[in-house]
Amino acid sequence: MSIQDRKIEDAGLSFGVSNLTTEKIQQTFKALIDNETGAKLKAFSESCMRCGMCAEACHFFVSHDNDPSYSPVGKVSATMTKLLAADGKVTPEDIYGMAQIAYTECNLCRRCVHYCPIGIDVAYIMTTIRRFCHQLGVTPQYLQDTANSHSATMNQMWVKDDEWVDSLFWQEDEAREEFPNIRIPMDKEGADFYYSVIAPEPKFRTQLIYQAAAIMNEAGCDWTMPSMPGWDNSDMCMYSGDFEMMGRLKRQHFELAQKLKVSRIVMGECGHAFRSIYDNGNRWLGWKDYPVPVVHSIEFFAELFEQGRIKLTHKIQEPVTIHDPCNIIRGYGLMDKLRYVAHQLCDNIVEMYPNREHNYCCSAGGGVINCGPPFKKVRVEGNLAKANQLKATGAKICIAPCHNCHGGLEDVIHHYDLGIQLKFLGDLIYELMEKPE
Amino acid sequence: MNSLYNFAVGPLAWAAFIILAVTAVWRLWSMYSLAKQKDASSVAYMSWKFSFRSIFNWLIPYKSLGWKANPVLTAVTFVFHICFVVLVIFVTPHQILLENAFGITYPTLPTKAADVLTLIVIACCCYFVYRRLTNATVRFVTRTNDWISLGLVAAPFVTAILGSWSVGGEIMPLLHVLTAEALIVAIPFTRLAHILFALFTRAYIGSEFGGVRHCKDW
Repeated sequence: MSIQDRKIEDAGLSFGVSNLTTEKIQQTFKALIDNETGAKLKAFSESCMRCGMCAEACHFFVSHDNDPSYSPVGKVSATMTKLLAADGKVTPEDIYGMAQIAYTECNLCRRCVHYCPIGIDVAYIMTTIRRFCHQLGVTPQYLQDTANSHSATMNQMWVKDDEWVDSLFWQEDEAREEFPNIRIPMDKEGADFYYSVIAPEPKFRTQLIYQAAAIMNEAGCDWTMPSMPGWDNSDMCMYSGDFEMMGRLKRQHFELAQKLKVSRIVMGECGHAFRSIYDNGNRWLGWKDYPVPVVHSIEFFAELFEQGRIKLTHKIQEPVTIHDPCNIIRGYGLMDKLRYVAHQLCDNIVEMYPNREHNYCCSAGGGVINCGPPFKKVRVEGNLAKANQLKATGAKICIAPCHNCHGGLEDVIHHYDLGIQLKFLGDLIYELMEKPE
Repeated sequence: MNSLYNFAVGPLAWAAFIILAVTAVWRLWSMYSLAKQKDASSVAYMSWKFSFRSIFNWLIPYKSLGWKANPVLTAVTFVFHICFVVLVIFVTPHQILLENAFGITYPTLPTKAADVLTLIVIACCCYFVYRRLTNATVRFVTRTNDWISLGLVAAPFVTAILGSWSVGGEIMPLLHVLTAEALIVAIPFTRLAHILFALFTRAYIGSEFGGVRHCKDW
């Protein structure tokens, strides 16, 4: 099936394409190739033997009846290969299709790398296509809205400065009933760490801030949450292709930590934000090491358990399965720590297969879920693979320590009627830990 | 015909190898320079340890997910590449040419064994053709240059075996030399460039997965 046969109407893509001419496309493409891409793209493009081995790696391909146009090499062939062959001389309509492929049919999960003998990074190629589409002004409307929010407010969800502070006060206030001495220390200089979250937490998963505060409080942590812009660690600009803005976001996040003189940053249970720090944003800024050490919640929780700072009343007895989020597992190797923490909390872990760094993606990551409702169906139907994996475990609880994965898996569980409850590690720790009488 | 053959294995062969050597060095060097200039943020993470770890693990058949998921293709790919290299080096006429040119001597394959290996390479190429035509994904992405590359690889082996069976008389050895020379010259300019770049792309992704992403890339 060609991308033109499954074109989905999106206001952002339509508007962007309406402003294009073939000349403008070619000019932008040449500038991209001359200025931004280099040996990586060239070597990948020239060495790919088009053997098709990568096809089976992709959940979109597997879930769409092995449709070749959803295979990684098929997606590259319909985008970068076509652009390079035509030296960028393609029509605005072609760009619509390419944007739809790159933004909505690839989660940049990099599973295909495990299948390519030559080591071609399709995620890099798709990211480059997104960068190109961003430069052309052709981006899905919902994704662009989050990118606009980042540039206007330095957070992803249009949360105003006073709303953010208010959310922290609100959660602190609410938690006092259960934990009379609880504090969410704000802008505390020289604390052990600052806890950063993604903007959807104050916006619609505020209970996660409550739970995090409860855990920090009970574990006796010296921590703080900043009141100023930079508190949001998320980065949809990385996915929309707006790398200039990606750099600003990461800089602001780190500079805030430096301003507060904290020893390190602890990031909430999110995957993409971590990718933006260890893989993309740092490179754009030219940093090999971070100016302030950063750890993911999984590492932080593991540390708390190792130090015996979290006391549990009981453990979950029923079967629990673990979803490995690409960005922190295939992306950052936290699979063993995730299992360590999960085993602290649950007695009966049932692994899904494939797992660890060979996991199937939730199909929400890579900014795909942020492309919004127009693309929901293709995303959910494109993840039958995950539904089958989940179903095969027989578990009724699934741990997924990533916001995007929660979004994607919730839709999968609902669509395929799996009857599985999704949990963050924070959900379980909060639920199981000892609380004041 | 004899003088044509002598020209083909003499000056023309020299020309083909010189073109390959010069263009291969130039391609590798320009790619390296481009990487240093444009991909500094990737080059910075290159590591010998993780490069070799990745290359080593991908050299083991059925070790990676990709090799496991494509059992027949994996077998054919390994057999093809091994036979290709063995034949190029150890077939008697090649050794004789090297001996005449540089005085290099080493043991070679008996003719029968060489014929069998040649037939195996041809069979592998036939499988590649079959797969390109019948596998929907591969068919979807196949372009003319994929066929040209495959044709260039198969031609010297087909002419070699026909020559060994004395089919086509004197023309066949000549065609073998000419097609082999075409293959040699084409390496840096076609998809066969993976011969030059695959180790480096593998090393690069191995370094990323080992050093940045802290997990396996196989």
